[in-house]
Amino acid sequence: MSESNRATGTASDAAAATTPTHAIKIEALSRGRNTLQMKDETPCLQVQNLNLFYGEKQALHGIDMVIPKQRVTAYIGPSGCGKSTLLRCINRMNDLVDGVRIEGQILLDDQDIYDKSVNVADLRRRVGMVFQKPNPFPKSIYENVAYGLRLQGVKDRRTMDEVVENALKSAALWDEVKDRLHDSAFGLSGGQQQRLVIARAIAIEPEVLLLDEPASALDPISTLKIEELIYELKSKYTIVIVTHNMQQAARVSDYTAFMYMGKLIEYGDTNTVFTNPSQKQTEDYITGRYG
Amino acid sequence: MKSEIKQWFKSGDPWVTLTAGAVSVSLILVFGLLLLIAARGLGHFWPATLWEYDYKKLDDSVVRLVGEIHDTESVDAQRLRDAGIDIIGDAEVIRYLVKTGNRDVTGQDFRWILEPSIQAKRNPETLMTVERREWGNLYGYLNAVQENQQTVVVGKGVWESLQERLLRVTELFAEIRDLEKGEIGTINYGLERLRLRERALELENNTDPVARDSIKQERAEFNKEYAGLQQKLTDLYKAINRDQMMVTVSTGETIMVPLSKVVHAYRPNEMSLPDKLVFYIAKVWEFVSDEPREANTEGGIFPAIFGTVMMVIIMAIMVVPFGVVAAVYLREYAKQGPLTQLIRIAVNNLAGVPSIVYGVFGLGFFVYFLGGNLDQLFFPEALPTPTFGTPGLMWASLTLALLTVPVVIVATEEGLSRIPKSVREGSLALGATKAETLWRTVLPMASPAIMTGLILAIARAAGEVAPLMLVGVVKLAPSLPLDGNMPFLHLDRKFMHLGFHIYDVGFQSPNVEAARPLVYATALLLVVVIVALNLFAITIRNRLREKYRTLEN
Repeated sequence: MSESNRATGTASDAAAATTPTHAIKIEALSRGRNTLQMKDETPCLQVQNLNLFYGEKQALHGIDMVIPKQRVTAYIGPSGCGKSTLLRCINRMNDLVDGVRIEGQILLDDQDIYDKSVNVADLRRRVGMVFQKPNPFPKSIYENVAYGLRLQGVKDRRTMDEVVENALKSAALWDEVKDRLHDSAFGLSGGQQQRLVIARAIAIEPEVLLLDEPASALDPISTLKIEELIYELKSKYTIVIVTHNMQQAARVSDYTAFMYMGKLIEYGDTNTVFTNPSQKQTEDYITGRYG
Repeated sequence: MKSEIKQWFKSGDPWVTLTAGAVSVSLILVFGLLLLIAARGLGHFWPATLWEYDYKKLDDSVVRLVGEIHDTESVDAQRLRDAGIDIIGDAEVIRYLVKTGNRDVTGQDFRWILEPSIQAKRNPETLMTVERREWGNLYGYLNAVQENQQTVVVGKGVWESLQERLLRVTELFAEIRDLEKGEIGTINYGLERLRLRERALELENNTDPVARDSIKQERAEFNKEYAGLQQKLTDLYKAINRDQMMVTVSTGETIMVPLSKVVHAYRPNEMSLPDKLVFYIAKVWEFVSDEPREANTEGGIFPAIFGTVMMVIIMAIMVVPFGVVAAVYLREYAKQGPLTQLIRIAVNNLAGVPSIVYGVFGLGFFVYFLGGNLDQLFFPEALPTPTFGTPGLMWASLTLALLTVPVVIVATEEGLSRIPKSVREGSLALGATKAETLWRTVLPMASPAIMTGLILAIARAAGEVAPLMLVGVVKLAPSLPLDGNMPFLHLDRKFMHLGFHIYDVGFQSPNVEAARPLVYATALLLVVVIVALNLFAITIRNRLREKYRTLEN
């Protein structure tokens, strides 16, 4: 793909359509604008021709992709390439930004999440999110995890206790905090806080879990724990993770999407993307020549 | 040399000195002020030595004076000669302001005496100070104690007998007051309610005999109860009026003082230091806990403390929700633009409007318009006597709430803007709506800032006097706004306030000399009350801060 192509809007898609030999090595995925083919995967999210503008500035250019169910999909790319923006489109977090305009569709179980009939709070309950920095509420550990349930009006103590315990266990935090559930969440270490935030997100049993650089503020050991956790959670949730760390993407994800300047350059099986990328830009990025 | 100075300026030291100096000056001013108020105010309660003077008057006749020294100053001899007083020498002459009391006998409480004209002075142990419920202090020698105008004790043991009898009288007095304010007050309150009920029936043209009968019956019950209490009261009055004492005053006259009019009688000259200390503490306590006497120049200021605190609390209850709601809308929901900016400027400027303007607004809008209409709607039976259409506690609190609401709005907005975006997003990402996020996370986290706003509001409101004079404060309120009669809290009542009390005692008092220490003492108490209210709020804020502190990173 030439430089001139990249400069104009949805050129990357056009390029994809016109160069059939370019390599999406697995048949499961293709990045054409039309319906994507997947062999063994069930699609969970389908992004269709998504354009996003901050005022006049276009931040996402015609993104098309299918995110398979109960798999880990990683977004990689240099800073400012739009991977976080794309992630935040999936639970409509970008709605909070002033002057943002979104075109195109994102289908969650064949329902357009930008449809007028969609209740944003309900959507976010189905699509949980974990942010770059741990952001526990200034409440006890227990109350942090129970927050989402309380929002749903759950009052029964026993149900609540059970859900909190399960969520903390799923987030591999239970053994560390079970004796101090009612202490402030701020007393936890950064890594523990991030796992608490993950527990908080999975306590309301979302279908999709969005992780926005979940380990970038953590030390290596905490990072490892988070990665193990992602691996565990894969069996229950569809996970989309944004990361700066390519080794991390290679370790945890099943599929990898490389983004550059608001465009989806390459999307495919993680193995393939890292070992045999079809695009030169991808290769340059992965081998560290830029980005 | 020049470069040295330049170097010194460059080093920043002069600015450190300057800023530190400014802080020290402020501190010295604050503590100096407090010290002055405390010294002048608290000295008043110390039992002062009583002196007996042989004093040569201008016409060379010698009189006997008894009193306590209230003030001392040195005057230029020339000035005294100009005033027509014969003084030898050029030196400064010391003169004393002596509180001679006995206003009912001599017609004046205070007089200046010149040191050179004092022929002799003594402080005999048997001299006695009598604090009375009327006419101020009495100084003199106790002669005898009487019962029903019959002398019962003279000479030895007369002092002890007086103290015993005073104890009894004090108890009886408290009993009478409890009866009058308590049970009889309740009956009067009930009778008034019945009258209003009857009047309401009249206004509705309701001739239901059952309702009228029940009123009649209740009234009869009240009257019966009252008759019983009246008898009890008469007996109590008879008992309290039993004892009198005979006192010889400085002029040599012997006067009869009924003990029912006496608060304390003590001999300051024979008191030891511990005695004086105990007495002092009792006096301070009396000042804080008792009701005022004699046009507020004697007794305590409890109703004023109570009124001040009550008003501030009611104001706080009203101002916080109002200010917080306004700030939440401005910061969270309103579309930010020139209009919100304009509103912000208006709110900030509102804090700078002179308080008396709020008073006028409160009187015109709250009292006359709102109160008048409330009366028409809900209390027509009491008209033409206004219920809420007259200055009162509620309107005063509301006026002050209006005065302080900008502070709360500004502080709350500040607090809201400091809540990290990540926390809001965390809540939203869990499926909370904006309102739920605000209620469950943002507002609790902003609560320390809200408390800061409240602290500033309290500080401003508690010290405010000018608007209150228009909307509810009075010199002397017959009853507290909180009592045992339904509905317990009487927002329509007028109340007393420490700030206004200072003004009243200091400048509207018939007896300025006697009242001056009270002005200082009251001022000190006002400061203490404000500090106490603030400390209370600060404690709560610090606790909230600890609870909702955000992450450091």
